[in-house]
Amino acid sequence: MIALDDIDRALLRALVRDAAQSASALGRDLGLSQPATWRRIKRLEAGGVITGRRLRLNAEALGFGVTVFLGIKLATRGRVSLEDFERAVSAIPEVQTVEHVLGLFDYRLRVVARDLPDFERVLRRRIMTLPGAGEVEANVLLSEERLPGPL
Amino acid sequence: MLDDLDRRILRYWQAEPSLAPGELAERCNITAGKAARRIARLQDLGIVQGSGVVIDWAALGYALEVSLRVTLDKTQANAFDTFMAEARLVPEVIEIQTFLGRVDLRLSIIARDMGHYQQIYRSRILTLPHIAEIEALMHVARIKTQEGLPL
Repeated sequence: MIALDDIDRALLRALVRDAAQSASALGRDLGLSQPATWRRIKRLEAGGVITGRRLRLNAEALGFGVTVFLGIKLATRGRVSLEDFERAVSAIPEVQTVEHVLGLFDYRLRVVARDLPDFERVLRRRIMTLPGAGEVEANVLLSEERLPGPL
Repeated sequence: MLDDLDRRILRYWQAEPSLAPGELAERCNITAGKAARRIARLQDLGIVQGSGVVIDWAALGYALEVSLRVTLDKTQANAFDTFMAEARLVPEVIEIQTFLGRVDLRLSIIARDMGHYQQIYRSRILTLPHIAEIEALMHVARIKTQEGLPL
């Protein structure tokens, strides 16, 4: 685990907003030289704090009007292989994220679809047929905001 | 509006958001100039909204992530707005989503350990306005995280 100072925190906040900024532009805002900024970014990457980038695409403009979160309970616990389930569910293109959770459900999926009939198709043909899939709860996403977190 | 080349660019780009425009052009087998024009157009159309780095909170000592599924007391006017405005003020809340379905809202919160989580839960979450019911899901593992669109 690596410790952050105030400049690291400001740097992370700026990079979460826009990862494409150059080290010199970032440095200017933070009162750092380009090499000093670059060294800090490298340190955050090497320390595993920055794990990569994510492209922000407008899903709706690309024809994906519906995002649904599914809670899935495995039907026969112990007898299904978690690896088989995870491999099969991760291979579905419409499934954007898969999280193994503890509580009411075993897995939480984020699923994107063109519209509700398209979502129903994905649910019936691809998700309900997964090895071990049991009870499923669906919640349609209305709005989403990501916050900077404790930085 | 978009043709096959636009989709090809987006497929490569979302898989590797750190690619420079020149590398992206190479992957797509087109000239750098053509790629630059297409990229600029995708940005102008608001299809590509930018990119941000992904932070691994565990590397910063936040070992726990919990999803809190919240049902609100909808007899209260503005229950959603007041709840969300207050939830945004909790630094450990990193995501707020609203839903149509069995739950109204989901908060993603991070904590250093169980003790820290309990402290946030008691002093910052249970004190949020208009909560009718809360359920917690503890994150065990992320299996698929890319959040790509099936383009």
